[in-house]
Amino acid sequence: MRRKKQRRSISPRTVIKQIVCVVLSIIVLAPLYMVVINSFKSKAESARMSLSLPTEWFFSNYSIVFEQGKLLQGFFNSILYAGVSTSIAVLTCAMAAFVLSRKSNKVNKGIYFFILSGLFVPVNYVTLVKLLTTFGVANTRMGLIIAFTSSMIPFCVFVIRNFISTIPAEFDEAALIDGAGPLTLFFQIIVPLLKPVLITVFILEFMGVWSDFMTPLYLAGSSSMYPMNLAVYNFFGKMTSNWNYVFADIVLTSLPVILLYLVGQKYIVGGLTSGGVKE
Amino acid sequence: MNKRKVYPQWFLVIPLVLYVVFFLAPSLLGIIYSFTDWNVRSIKGINFIGINNYIEIFTSNKDYTLGIFNTLRFALVSNVIKLVPALFLAILLNENLKGKNIYRTIFYLPAIFPFLIIGLIFTSILNFKTGLLNTTLGFLHLDFLQQKWLTDLGVVWNSIFGVDAWRGIGYCMTIFLAGLNTIPKSYYEAASIDGANPVHKFFYITLPMLSSSIMINLVFGIAYGLKVFDIVYVLTNGGPGHATEVVTTYAYQLYANGKYGMSSALNTVLFVVTAVIGVLVVKVMSKQEVQQ
Repeated sequence: MRRKKQRRSISPRTVIKQIVCVVLSIIVLAPLYMVVINSFKSKAESARMSLSLPTEWFFSNYSIVFEQGKLLQGFFNSILYAGVSTSIAVLTCAMAAFVLSRKSNKVNKGIYFFILSGLFVPVNYVTLVKLLTTFGVANTRMGLIIAFTSSMIPFCVFVIRNFISTIPAEFDEAALIDGAGPLTLFFQIIVPLLKPVLITVFILEFMGVWSDFMTPLYLAGSSSMYPMNLAVYNFFGKMTSNWNYVFADIVLTSLPVILLYLVGQKYIVGGLTSGGVKE
Repeated sequence: MNKRKVYPQWFLVIPLVLYVVFFLAPSLLGIIYSFTDWNVRSIKGINFIGINNYIEIFTSNKDYTLGIFNTLRFALVSNVIKLVPALFLAILLNENLKGKNIYRTIFYLPAIFPFLIIGLIFTSILNFKTGLLNTTLGFLHLDFLQQKWLTDLGVVWNSIFGVDAWRGIGYCMTIFLAGLNTIPKSYYEAASIDGANPVHKFFYITLPMLSSSIMINLVFGIAYGLKVFDIVYVLTNGGPGHATEVVTTYAYQLYANGKYGMSSALNTVLFVVTAVIGVLVVKVMSKQEVQQ
């Protein structure tokens, strides 16, 4: 009934567009669906990797993976790395971006572009390991956090500075007349105004650390320091024929970022807008 | 207002120090070490060996040059493959289409997954015998399209580009959508009155107005492409043979084998390439900054 009603008002162009979107949605969702559904199957059944429902549901796959995959440890490592390094980077870069934007003299412009060029620089992990050894933090969680924090500075400064330039400097003057110092001004006046961009950068960089594979591959000396995705990769190496376990592991590892995405969706898209397109 | 007091320079100290010491310095140190024989056995000392490492990179039979070529090609091709469809999708979803917000969410979804996870998922999907792609093609009676996606020399790069596009198109699309949002509708209306057709509107309004979104997509896309590692490492680990090796996978192998000097030399080659491109881009951006 409803279809018939709609058909009259729908142009062929719209139909084609809808078909394109539906087909693309299937291409995006089918692999994800396959992972979820196969994570509940037996070893033999999951090896076929079909899209059909399991003949018997093996919820136990998840508890097995949870125990053998060292997921909890990986989870806490990932939370530690992503949480601490992103917090430090966002906060200190906001302070730096504030000064770089407000006092845009020749020196600070130079510093800004000097930092910006880091958007391109590939990290040289070989020498980074040596440097961390010199500072006595190689093969430690501290070393990993330092590495993560340092590598996200260009992006943080870039996006936050773009945003600050849209906040009128009159706010600063008003605060100063009230007798505020630079720290009070920054934390009580500027930070609340920056809240949307700070949340955006936090989410994007948090997810970036969560996904980072190369940094821990070079820098995490022992498996007790592995973040979640390195633990998964290790687990995959041991379990190549047990796709049901691998898929369950993948689901558990992806869950935190999916939740973060759903909660912070508007900030991600908004962030790509403010960081990406300067008006 | 006393700018020196209100905007103290020490606000810059922490990020600047971290950036210089733990981000830039390793790359610069890497340049120095690339001229040495530094390796896992050099306990007594490291010797300068001039440009020997570079000679080995460009003349040895170990296909390092192929890795460099592959990296450059990936940076170029993967971006074209992602940006063109992403632009059309963005235009499509910027119009009044039923369910466009759901589609936007779905298309962006792959971008949130770690590359490693996506690599593992597609290792399964691209499996020749049991993978979802070949079984689907069989089901649709398109058997002639079935391939050895990850082991056939002629196909493997297309598989990598495909997986990369699967993850990245939605991300690029979102940036384009943000740009499209800023184009006033009145421009299109005025163009219609002047008798412009959709093609004219695309080339004379949409594209020029999107220049900053295109720029951002290119900047992040090329930076990502030159540094690509995860997806190649997980999908093919450089194979079959050395066909899909890129600079970063070679650099990691050399590091794992204790050849630190060689690894640094390869990293330095990558550093120089990205630096040249980066300087060009930053120049363009600082010009824009002046104009504003």
